[in-house]
Amino acid sequence: MTAEVRLLLGQVAVGQSLPELAIDVTPTTVVLGALASRDWRPMHHDYKFATERNGVADIFLNTPNQAAWFERYVTDWAGPRARLGRMKFRMKTSVFPGHRMVFTAIVTAVSTDSAGCGWVSIDVALSVGAAEADPSSYVVASTCEVRLALPDSSTDNPWSRSGEQWVP
Amino acid sequence: MTDNNLSESNLTDLPVAVSSVIGVSQYLQIATFDVENSYAYNTLAATENANPLFWDDAVAQELTSGRILPPTTLSLWMRPHYWEPGAEGEQVALQVHFDLKKIFELPEAVMTDNTIIFYEPVRAGDRISNSQVLKSVSGPKTTKLGSGRFWVIDVEFKNQHGALVGIESYTGFGYRRDQEGAAS
Repeated sequence: MTAEVRLLLGQVAVGQSLPELAIDVTPTTVVLGALASRDWRPMHHDYKFATERNGVADIFLNTPNQAAWFERYVTDWAGPRARLGRMKFRMKTSVFPGHRMVFTAIVTAVSTDSAGCGWVSIDVALSVGAAEADPSSYVVASTCEVRLALPDSSTDNPWSRSGEQWVP
Repeated sequence: MTDNNLSESNLTDLPVAVSSVIGVSQYLQIATFDVENSYAYNTLAATENANPLFWDDAVAQELTSGRILPPTTLSLWMRPHYWEPGAEGEQVALQVHFDLKKIFELPEAVMTDNTIIFYEPVRAGDRISNSQVLKSVSGPKTTKLGSGRFWVIDVEFKNQHGALVGIESYTGFGYRRDQEGAAS
């Protein structure tokens, strides 16, 4: 077996916290993420457009890149066998260069569906503030509800599921 | 799929150009290029994502019978090139969103909510297609950004075999800045 078994369903409980992840956002973070997702809209790379046309403080992280950050955060914790089923996120305020992004999360549900697939539900918060500021002053920029399939044994592989066996 | 808490507009409050397309599948499109791993690397680098499923062939072979793309790259396969021969004007991915901005004469817009449901994994060499469905439009709203309307658009993605690979639902807010002038 090559693929690490980092986390099994039975090792997760409601109320469990995920390790915090902090990332300092630069203009490169924003532009790289936008271009990686083929998002050419100018508010993600053009400061003057973002500030003068959109009326926001700076260029800001685009939606698909936020999704990719949420994916990275939960799979860092759960490992390569974990499989995303669903993400629902709400962006309350924008993420700008100069911000420190801090990801935190808590497990809200652990279950097994009728097809035998194990699931955890996770509420993720993406908080932002100036990198040099007191983290207690940070505000929640986005929230994300994640439904993540986890193996229930060292031989289980949620990625092998399809059709009626995969109910995300 | 929509479970937003928008107060949806009565259909009779909406222009026919909007009410007539609610619930209708529009803009069936097939990607102009195949799925390729280089975009996976761009996304993985942009998010410093070290998941070995996307970097290690042996892990990918064991878990997914070969390389797959990070699930959250779903929408990028249908995003148009910034420019291509014969194209005029800005090329946009979510045409229904831009249609609504034009119809309601709302020059600015942001996305506020996004739901993605993942089905069959996307693999290099796949050719993705999608279609857009306008699910709802709110009545007039005012937020700190300005005055406008919220709308919800679902996008269904399939691969070249017709298998569903994902559904994405966007909530957008089209608006006009209250201090008009800079936003025109």
